[in-house]
Amino acid sequence: MNAEQVIQVLQAMNQVIDREAQYLTDLDAAIGDGDHGINMKRGFAAVSLKLEAESTEDCGAVLKTVAMTLISTVGGASGPLYGTAFLKAAQAANGKTELTKEDALALLTAAIEGVQFRGKAERGEKTMLDLLIPVKEAYADALAQGLTLEETKQTILTVMDESIAFTKTIRATKGRASYLGDRSIGHQDPGATSSYFLIKTVMDSVG
Amino acid sequence: MKKIINQPENIVNEMLDGIVKAHPKAVKRVEGFEVLVRANAPVSGKVALVSGGGSGHEPSHGGFVGTGMLDGAVAGAVFTSPTPDQVYEAVKAVDGGKGVLLVIKNYTGDVLNFEMAAEMAGMDNITVKHVVVDDDVAVENSLYTTGRRGIAGTIFVHKIAGALAEQGADLDQVQAVAKKVIANVRSMGVALTACTVPAAGKPGFELAETEIEMGLGIHGEPGTHRAEIKPADELVDDLLAKILEDIDYSDSEVAVLVNGLGGTPLMELYLMNRRVHEALEAKGIKVYKTMVGSYMTSIEMAGASISLLKLDDELKALLDAPAETPAFTQL
Repeated sequence: MNAEQVIQVLQAMNQVIDREAQYLTDLDAAIGDGDHGINMKRGFAAVSLKLEAESTEDCGAVLKTVAMTLISTVGGASGPLYGTAFLKAAQAANGKTELTKEDALALLTAAIEGVQFRGKAERGEKTMLDLLIPVKEAYADALAQGLTLEETKQTILTVMDESIAFTKTIRATKGRASYLGDRSIGHQDPGATSSYFLIKTVMDSVG
Repeated sequence: MKKIINQPENIVNEMLDGIVKAHPKAVKRVEGFEVLVRANAPVSGKVALVSGGGSGHEPSHGGFVGTGMLDGAVAGAVFTSPTPDQVYEAVKAVDGGKGVLLVIKNYTGDVLNFEMAAEMAGMDNITVKHVVVDDDVAVENSLYTTGRRGIAGTIFVHKIAGALAEQGADLDQVQAVAKKVIANVRSMGVALTACTVPAAGKPGFELAETEIEMGLGIHGEPGTHRAEIKPADELVDDLLAKILEDIDYSDSEVAVLVNGLGGTPLMELYLMNRRVHEALEAKGIKVYKTMVGSYMTSIEMAGASISLLKLDDELKALLDAPAETPAFTQL
């Protein structure tokens, strides 16, 4: 995947977030402050505009533009978290004009480390990490086992569906939903859901 | 949704322009950013205070920019933390060479964005420290939550730390007194109605005609429980009970803040204040100072919070020090 294709994926992410904004906001209204979709939509719309003018061949530079734009437009907790995720991915992609499937794993790993550092969170706290970490593990396994692209996609989709469902069963201990205690159980995590859409968009764009 | 607005996405920008036009001698905008600073910023040789958060809590925080309180306030989108670049601009605009204290309310987004801004300012060799206000006793402070939320008690931090900074104290001293206020202030609120974030266009939750929610957060976060509306005195007693069991106020002097959430008239706040005084007197707690009004609002939400700050001689003197800001003036 070259820089132009990375930009196409990000433009597709904007369309998906735009389409799902109300759904994300409704999920957030149930256990947070009801602005996740609004904020993500604002951020990715700004990313889309910025990338229309982007002409670099460096995949890292593209991702850095995304990071800085998200940091300066999203706000809330998701701005610094997604911003840091893309910034760490940008560092991992720095200087690369072509991203391989192994690079994709390195980027995802770096992004997750960024989210963990910024949010001081672990898996199992009802956050986007409960989607991202299982996806990363499934993807690493798929690469190690030499699965085909189709098999890899199917495996990850299954893991994502299970992970999203899992966020409904656990209690939030990070973020605003943590104030609800046990009342957060039964609700799907909005951050994990937006991560679901972003990863799904990447998968739909390859192959 | 029925609101006096133009475009929802322009509300914050247009509101800040309106504040500056109302108080041109007190505040100015940082060009191109959603930041209000003192008209004479930066004040050389003084520790500067910057606060902020999502909009919708007016007069917080822009209304408290001025002599004796804040140097700068950053306004995020409605109920959404401002971004790090905005906070960073505020820090640069107010730094008078003695460092900057960030007063952050305890919400994950605010803490993350302000921390990132502090890291950015650190690269410019501006000394930045911060305090996190977590006065809301409605939510449990435990290992299993993000900690208590910051609500109306934040006004006491602005007032007292701002007064000490004005007297020429250094950054460590200003941070220390801010922490002392945070350690001694507790608040709790009750909501009678929901509010509508303009970009969302509909209320974030519903309360039935006679239903109230105890401990509801200033962004509509769920509180401790829902109940039927009851007389003012009983509501006050319920709120005070939670506050008083949290720290030992016995035999102490306190400052009281009866804060409206935006949709509750002063008439009702004064009724509440009457009961607060009665109840505290009965418990032998002496009220040193009282503030009644809408200081930390939640757009048009009906409801109120009570904050009690336990005082010592230092806090009393700083609370009494002069301040001149758009929303709070004391000579």
